[in-house]
Amino acid sequence: MREMISMIVVLAVLTSVSGGLLAAVKSGTEVRIENQVLKFQKAPAIQDIFPEATNDPLAERFTITTEDIELQIFPSILADGSKAIAFETKGGAYGGPIGLMVGINLSTDEIVDVRVTTHAETPGIGSRAKEDLSFVSQFSGLKMETNFALKSGGGVIDAMSGATVTSKGVSVAAVQAKEIYQKLKPEIVKQMK
Amino acid sequence: MAQSLAKEFTKGLWAEIPPFRLVLGLCPVLAVTKSVENGIGMGVATTFVLVFSNLLISLLRNIIPSKVRIACFIVIIATFVTIVELLMQAYTYELFLKLGIFIPLIVVNCIVLGRAEAFASKNSPALSIADGLGIGIGFTLSLASLGAVREFLGNGTITVWGGNPIFEMGANFLPFKFMIEAPGAFVGLGLMLCMMNLIGKK
Repeated sequence: MREMISMIVVLAVLTSVSGGLLAAVKSGTEVRIENQVLKFQKAPAIQDIFPEATNDPLAERFTITTEDIELQIFPSILADGSKAIAFETKGGAYGGPIGLMVGINLSTDEIVDVRVTTHAETPGIGSRAKEDLSFVSQFSGLKMETNFALKSGGGVIDAMSGATVTSKGVSVAAVQAKEIYQKLKPEIVKQMK
Repeated sequence: MAQSLAKEFTKGLWAEIPPFRLVLGLCPVLAVTKSVENGIGMGVATTFVLVFSNLLISLLRNIIPSKVRIACFIVIIATFVTIVELLMQAYTYELFLKLGIFIPLIVVNCIVLGRAEAFASKNSPALSIADGLGIGIGFTLSLASLGAVREFLGNGTITVWGGNPIFEMGANFLPFKFMIEAPGAFVGLGLMLCMMNLIGKK
């Protein structure tokens, strides 16, 4: 009995101390990590989505807060003068959440382009969603009312062979972006004036 | 005391150098040694985890009940690995992107658990730190040297830190591209093991 109690106590104390330590390190590095993600993940993605932007989407970013979401919006002015926005959504994939930066043209309601940002997919398999643009380029030019689900789920997106779960995560993120966009568009347009 | 400290430290550099002598922890050795830089980054991260987990396990060695010791070791190791992961994301994000999934996989690197079980749980904190440091530096050197061979043959460059090569072959050099692919890792490691055995035989 004594032995059992000591096992339970030692393990419980050890796990709670390490949990506390990790929480402290996490909150201490959170701001820095966010900046690094902005610099190394979001900035290149936005650069790829709006290669000919005539403004600086990163510097002009703003945040929209509603009851349940807080969304960072990157506004952009395209080469032909029309306004566009980009924001990031997440979908659950094989190795955890997969981030998708979605660029949308505000005047035509079309997707300009999408890019995968942060992910923890298997190198060489799921990570192709980021490296091989033939998958994400399926989204460019699609109208926002399109069903972004995979073809197997009744949508229009072809999954990458061998990486169905990753493909599904990306399509879930796109569907989420569509829902957010349809809900928040008036608010976004108002803020951009 | 100083003598045994030095002994524990130096054994990790040659007599028990992890990938070549113990042939442990091969997953990161094969996967990340595409360049010297990746090898050093992985080695430093592993060394950090080794030193601190060895220290803590050694301090707690009389408190941890032997029946749950493996679980306790894993909790301690996983904590330090997560700290390394967060610190790398905060300060060396580009390196973190290159090493990716292999950082969290340090948890299951049998070198770390092996040192905890075979050494730190039986020896004093000072000796355990020397042991962790020695094995860690040995691991870093192995990764860096394998990385150097593969990067030089496969890409014609040597990159130590920051993405800028310190050495570059001219445009006439035709690299053996397969050396930076997965098969090159096995060939490179095999040749280095062979050389280590040749030298060690005498």
